[in-house]
Amino acid sequence: MTDRALVVVRAGALTTVQDRGRPGHAHLGVPRSGALDPPAAALVNRLVGNSPDAAVLETTLDGCALRARSAVTVAVGGAPCPVRVGGRPAPWGAPVRVSSGEVLEVGAAVAGVRSYLAVAGGVAVEPVLGSRATDLLSGLGPPPLADGRVLPVGPPTAAPARLDTAPQPAPPAELVLRVTLGPREDWFTPQALRDLTTRTYRVSAAGNRIGLRTEGPTLERARSGELPSEAMVLGAIQVPPDGLPLIFLADHPTTGGYPVPAVVHPADLPGAAQARPGTPLRFVLVRR
Amino acid sequence: MRALPVGAHALLVEVASAGQARALHAELLRRRAAGSLSAREIVPAARTVLLDGVDDPVRRAAELTAAEPPPAPEATSVPVELPVRYDGPDLAEVAAHWGVSAREVAEIHAGIEFTVAFCGFAPGFGYLTGLPEHRYVPRRATPRTAVPAGSVALAGPYTGVYPRASPGGWQLIGRTDAVLWDTAREPAALLAPGTRVRFTPVGAA
Repeated sequence: MTDRALVVVRAGALTTVQDRGRPGHAHLGVPRSGALDPPAAALVNRLVGNSPDAAVLETTLDGCALRARSAVTVAVGGAPCPVRVGGRPAPWGAPVRVSSGEVLEVGAAVAGVRSYLAVAGGVAVEPVLGSRATDLLSGLGPPPLADGRVLPVGPPTAAPARLDTAPQPAPPAELVLRVTLGPREDWFTPQALRDLTTRTYRVSAAGNRIGLRTEGPTLERARSGELPSEAMVLGAIQVPPDGLPLIFLADHPTTGGYPVPAVVHPADLPGAAQARPGTPLRFVLVRR
Repeated sequence: MRALPVGAHALLVEVASAGQARALHAELLRRRAAGSLSAREIVPAARTVLLDGVDDPVRRAAELTAAEPPPAPEATSVPVELPVRYDGPDLAEVAAHWGVSAREVAEIHAGIEFTVAFCGFAPGFGYLTGLPEHRYVPRRATPRTAVPAGSVALAGPYTGVYPRASPGGWQLIGRTDAVLWDTAREPAALLAPGTRVRFTPVGAA
């Protein structure tokens, strides 16, 4: 019997199992979760011949290392980083063969934040509500990787892609996020809305999978009082009492009581997930 | 009733009361089941219902606000019963707010039929409405860093049960052994929007 599994040699700062998440349960208080950079996760899955639903690993800045218990095909994408197999350099953004017993090293990201590692057959941890994603807000799905942990790998479903390297977008030097106003722009002063959509922010180091935090002009409210809790969407810009916009990412809470003046276009969120602390950030108003 | 835009694929329908939000939520679920509405998420909250994953939110907004939703249908199922030991650490404080004895807090709370208005905060955490306005209590000035699973609590117009240990700022009046959330169970959530709930006192109150 083949033991298809990866053993965690170095878990890294924060490495989680991710897939396309568990949408459809928000009415029960379940966040959608899933990969923060879905196109990158989909690409590495395609490179190893997986379906787009297969679970991958999402690293944070400093990569991870895994020992293969049997020969497997892997691919690393998302944030560019050095890749080594058995101590030898291997390509990034391409299918790579790892022999039984060899260690795959996903190095520290040279740009961007989150690298993605797909293994042919997918990471086969037990799904929860139809998804294997780690949800750091509610604790659903497997815990973040820890050294020594064994990750089961499923049977490969198709041959790896026959290409040397796949083009991937570079992490943003400046993050430009298109936004549409609403639902609660009337809770803010006209000056606050002008500041939000014309001045430059920076990506804060305090962000995580729940939200991207910002540094920059604080947004003044036009009204006081509390907003009754309402449901939140991916990309919602929530403004807590400190006045600094916070952009909800995959593990965001399903409801919230702070007003949302605008929502980021979903196509711009993968770039947000790859923007390092300090990256200049502009919100650009677009018509619906 | 008005519909507010929420990004490219969602809209938020705002109504005047919790009861109207419940009625609208029921109507939207009915339409989705009948195939006349396509939405990935239909999420009720205090005064709103969010539709997420809809194709043309602008067109939908006009449709949805054209007519008031019919009143929510009377529930026909029996309420979920949650056995409670009314011995929470904030029982005396709630009794003082209400101007009654601790024993009477249990009697009053257990005498009300609640309805899950919406869920949030944590998977399986329901915001239950049904308290009369003179029974509303404020949140604790300082939230607790750890509230045990099964804690039955009050805050503002709501009562609720913590599905798992977590930080929390609500006033704790008791504990239940009922399992509110279990992903190995189908359905995982004991309480969903629209579920009716009764608390039954057990043990010495």
